[in-house]
Amino acid sequence: MRGITKTFPGVKALDGVNLAVRPAEIHALIGENGAGKSTLMKVLSGVYPHGSYDGEIRFQGEERRFRGIGDSEKLGIIIIHQELALVPLLSITENIFLGNEPQRFGIIDWARAETRTRELLRLVGLDEPPSTLVTDLGVGKQQLVEIAKALSKEVKLLILDEPTASLNERDSEALLTLLKDLKRRGIASILISHKLNEIAEVADRITILRDGATVETLDCAGVDIAQDRIIKGMVGRELGDRYPPRAREPGDTLLEVRGWNADHHLHAGRRVVRDVDLTVRRGEVVGIAGLMGAGRTEFAMSLFGRAYGRNVSGEVRLDGRPIDVSTIARAMAAGLAYATEDRKQYGLVLDDDIRHNVTLAHLPGVARGGVIDEIAETRVADDLRRRLRIRCSSIYQETVNLSGGNQQKVVLGKWLFADPRVLILDEPTRGIDVGAKYEIYTIINRLVAEGRGVILISSEMPELLGMADRIYVMNEGAMVAELPATEASQEKIMHAIMAAQSRRKERLQ
Amino acid sequence: MSTETSGLAETPKAPGPLGFARRHLREYGMLISLLVIMAFFQYMTGGTLLKPLNLTNLVLQNSYIVIMALGMLLVIVTGHIDLSVGSVVGFIGALAAILMVEYDWHFVPTTVACLIVGAAIGAAQGYWIAFFRIPSFIVTLAGMLVFRGLSLTLLAGQSIGPFPVEFQRLSSGFIPDFFAIKGIHLTTLLLCLAVPSIMVAVNLRDRARRGRHGMEQEPLPFFLFRNLALFGLLVYLGYLLATYKGLPNVLIIMCVLIAVYAFVTRNMTIGRRIYAIGGNEKAARLSGIDTRRLTFYTFVNMGVLAALAGLIFAARLNTATPKAGVSFELDVIAACFIGGASASGGVGRVTGAVIGAFIMGVMNNGMSIIGIGIDWQQVIKGLVLLVAVCFDVYNKNKA
Repeated sequence: MRGITKTFPGVKALDGVNLAVRPAEIHALIGENGAGKSTLMKVLSGVYPHGSYDGEIRFQGEERRFRGIGDSEKLGIIIIHQELALVPLLSITENIFLGNEPQRFGIIDWARAETRTRELLRLVGLDEPPSTLVTDLGVGKQQLVEIAKALSKEVKLLILDEPTASLNERDSEALLTLLKDLKRRGIASILISHKLNEIAEVADRITILRDGATVETLDCAGVDIAQDRIIKGMVGRELGDRYPPRAREPGDTLLEVRGWNADHHLHAGRRVVRDVDLTVRRGEVVGIAGLMGAGRTEFAMSLFGRAYGRNVSGEVRLDGRPIDVSTIARAMAAGLAYATEDRKQYGLVLDDDIRHNVTLAHLPGVARGGVIDEIAETRVADDLRRRLRIRCSSIYQETVNLSGGNQQKVVLGKWLFADPRVLILDEPTRGIDVGAKYEIYTIINRLVAEGRGVILISSEMPELLGMADRIYVMNEGAMVAELPATEASQEKIMHAIMAAQSRRKERLQ
Repeated sequence: MSTETSGLAETPKAPGPLGFARRHLREYGMLISLLVIMAFFQYMTGGTLLKPLNLTNLVLQNSYIVIMALGMLLVIVTGHIDLSVGSVVGFIGALAAILMVEYDWHFVPTTVACLIVGAAIGAAQGYWIAFFRIPSFIVTLAGMLVFRGLSLTLLAGQSIGPFPVEFQRLSSGFIPDFFAIKGIHLTTLLLCLAVPSIMVAVNLRDRARRGRHGMEQEPLPFFLFRNLALFGLLVYLGYLLATYKGLPNVLIIMCVLIAVYAFVTRNMTIGRRIYAIGGNEKAARLSGIDTRRLTFYTFVNMGVLAALAGLIFAARLNTATPKAGVSFELDVIAACFIGGASASGGVGRVTGAVIGAFIMGVMNNGMSIIGIGIDWQQVIKGLVLLVAVCFDVYNKNKA
């Protein structure tokens, strides 16, 4: 791709971007949110047809002018989006051949489709019967189905947009191994990711985008490129430390949870949180580590006014006094807040503006007698925008148009305004870029400096190690270890999880 | 994919009056369409449309649709629909007829009883929708059949009437005139000068207050146009009504309700929460909003308003018939969508729904006067609905 320029009304999203991918290489494309990675990939895959951008695309030596996504797919350029495009209630086979069914006179040859599916699944290392419904698979396996679907179309260049964002370590590892495997078969991939350690592991070359322009392309063959080097290229500045410093002086016990249990929200009797004990001190960041599905989100949400689960039981004390957390409103009144991991689905009213979103959890704070004081509300929103450095045209901007990092800041702003004593943050930095992460860490530090407690749930271990004062390790719904940050390490956390899993296995046998 | 949108987001939208107008295109568009449609039919009917007599009829004919549109807007904003309102109109009319004609109840207890029954109907339907998560389409479709059937049963297939005179006044009465001047209803005229003046004064004060706090402002030309158009329209229509019999009682009820609902939806926390439910129910719930109870209340509210509409409609016909209210739900829903409400919830304004109802009303009335048959009227109304919603979707995609 040479000299690609794409303008949207009022903004140049891409400005003369060059990108060259060699056959059978893994090419990482990185950059901060809003740098133009996804736009570039949409140009390449024909989502933005020829003519809507400047510059040229050459593929296999010829200039290509895609009119739509069908044209690029025909040549073997296939994009897998962050939000997977599978139909949940169809089987693996049906999904893989959707729109591309082996057929004669419009009659689908299911036998052939299923045989082919078996081959493809073996290729991607997925051990599931082809008739399994996609909805019954985990996200990691769904990702593999997407790749199998791409392989069914004779893929030559595979584009993966943040494939591991919602995968746990084990599934991510499997996916990266698969990419290397595909490379050996001569399939090139473009990998968009924020996870620098993954990129260092698999990428042959790295192209860095910043503000819609190519910064540089780094060759990784044989050399170990330092992560700081990449970050510098992305943000255009040196990041001294990825975690802002903080005085770590936790005070007395603030929140105390004893014997917390919860069942799955659909299947009563299936325990997903078991006898959890947890304490948070004033001014302390408490981390919860664990694999995907360990029950961390379930624990947090069941604690927050039984927003999740059935048969929730246990005792919660704040400042030593028992508090009522039986409904969300009561949990909030008692001083709890929960900022969700899925900000688009659970955190924001996307079609509404920043101003209305930040006050939603605490409307009485800007109202008198049930009547909203617009001026007070505007002042609150403007104040939060300044304090959290939310980048937007104004507080009247709809949150759907904000980047991930700024959306997350709006969610945080909403809970800051509700003024909680203990704030539970569930994956607060998922899918947001390095610069915005740093700002969110700064906000967390400010919260604890004010004497609040923060529970930080994260799948990124460096983040837990960098931010938390104490780390709980959760596995299969139970707390299996508690480590002070000074003693914790990635190895120790993983070890605790593995040990718990093998103990459990023994018990079951 | 959040990554590519942020580049867009960080550049401010086109500033100045044009940018503002583009974002609020729909609201001005509505007002202008109503004016254009009125002007068109005024011309086509050779001035009959705005004759005081016809204007009074226009108000009377549309009052019950407007009143139900207020409730329906809230239902639609929460992301639901209520198909049963037409049948509830018929059922409540039948109930009122039985109570007043057969049991000789006074009209006051009858009215109270009917409104309570309306609330109960709304509660019965809202209960399944809010607490058991049965789709509102299904619950209210069932309600539509049930209450149509029950009104037939109540009336035993007959029409019952006439009603006591006091009850008829609900629909056919006019406010009393305190000045006995021949040829003009002075009380009406004064009211129709005073109320729009107060509205404009409040708007001016509000604008000044917002200006002082540096809040986003509607550009001055738009503000002036909107206020002048509104003021001019209301005073002129008021004058026309004053030259006939004055303000109908039902118009007063309707205006008070519109004002209350506009205020509640725009300025009160409960209104904001209802919009949040429609915008993203899960996020609203996790923000501590009792989404189920609020959804339940919107249906109770709808039931009460449908009952009120049923009383007004019965009073207007002066008889309760088994067919009363058939297909009203469609007019009411259409009014909300023409008025800019979104079928997926979270979007829509009370003023929009009211203007939408009047656009439908003026078209009905104008086409009847011109002599367009009921068949083609339906075709035209259907197309207007489609065009209005297409315009919304086009607008939204462009933004």
